[in-house]
Amino acid sequence: MKNVAVLQFPGTNCDYDTRYAFEKLGCTVTIIWHKATQLPEKTDLVVVPGGFSYGDYLRSGAIAQFSPIMEAVKVYAQNGGKVLGICNGFQILTESGLLPGALKRNIGLHFISKYQTLKVVNNDNEFLQNCNKDEVLNIPIAHADGNYYIDEEGFKALEENGQILLRYCNEHGEPIVVNGSVTSIAGVCNREKNVFGLMPHPERAMECILGSTDGVKMLEGLIA
Amino acid sequence: MKAIVNIYLKEGVLDPQGKAIHHALDAMNFQGVKDVRMGKQIILQLDSESKEAALAEVTKMAEDILANTVIEDYSIEIV
Repeated sequence: MKNVAVLQFPGTNCDYDTRYAFEKLGCTVTIIWHKATQLPEKTDLVVVPGGFSYGDYLRSGAIAQFSPIMEAVKVYAQNGGKVLGICNGFQILTESGLLPGALKRNIGLHFISKYQTLKVVNNDNEFLQNCNKDEVLNIPIAHADGNYYIDEEGFKALEENGQILLRYCNEHGEPIVVNGSVTSIAGVCNREKNVFGLMPHPERAMECILGSTDGVKMLEGLIA
Repeated sequence: MKAIVNIYLKEGVLDPQGKAIHHALDAMNFQGVKDVRMGKQIILQLDSESKEAALAEVTKMAEDILANTVIEDYSIEIV
């Protein structure tokens, strides 16, 4: 049985959904308050869940990166531990430098909340190992600051190292503009492929009754 | 002593909020606006001993947290 640590900051609101999703997959889940300075000894995966940590003040994720637990997460990641950031968690991971790039205000300024089709760009990583390359997934998005930016040099590195995980696309898998992200990027990983971040919410796509079960194969990859 | 930190998106990084304001100005018939960039201003009250010390301290703050230098530039004024 895998042990998953789900971080909780003031303003996090996807912590219990994330716990539910991983418990459904048979994991033992511990919620870790941001003031903790250590992760549980046997942690197989750290998840930084979605929400509005610190009310998105200054910039989304900017203040959470300095919470005590993030020091422990950085050490954990540097030692090869797996970290997943979803939505605000993705923003926190880019702000803390664990993932490249930054997330800006959506191009249309709207908060976008809907199911969105995504194309699997690279599956040679643990997160998307159960998905096929070019497969089209259906996962909800819910964000105002999901407009992924990276400079040209950084983008080249992402492409060369296979760090682009997902792109927003139409039902045929063709990239579309959803929030203004560089080349429609919806998720990336680090060069070492142990830190993953995405704006869509796989933990909200775990049951047919909710409209999609595509989140299952994503999350299962991380606890295989 | 007071430090005024102005933070704005880098040249070449699209500013969706500035663009929306520009559209609104156009719609209100304000003419001759070539470009709009939106930023934020953070005002800090300091008890630094000198302007130099204040500038050094605030520069570190800007680099570490106030600005995200992946997408933002900043300027600091000590008054």
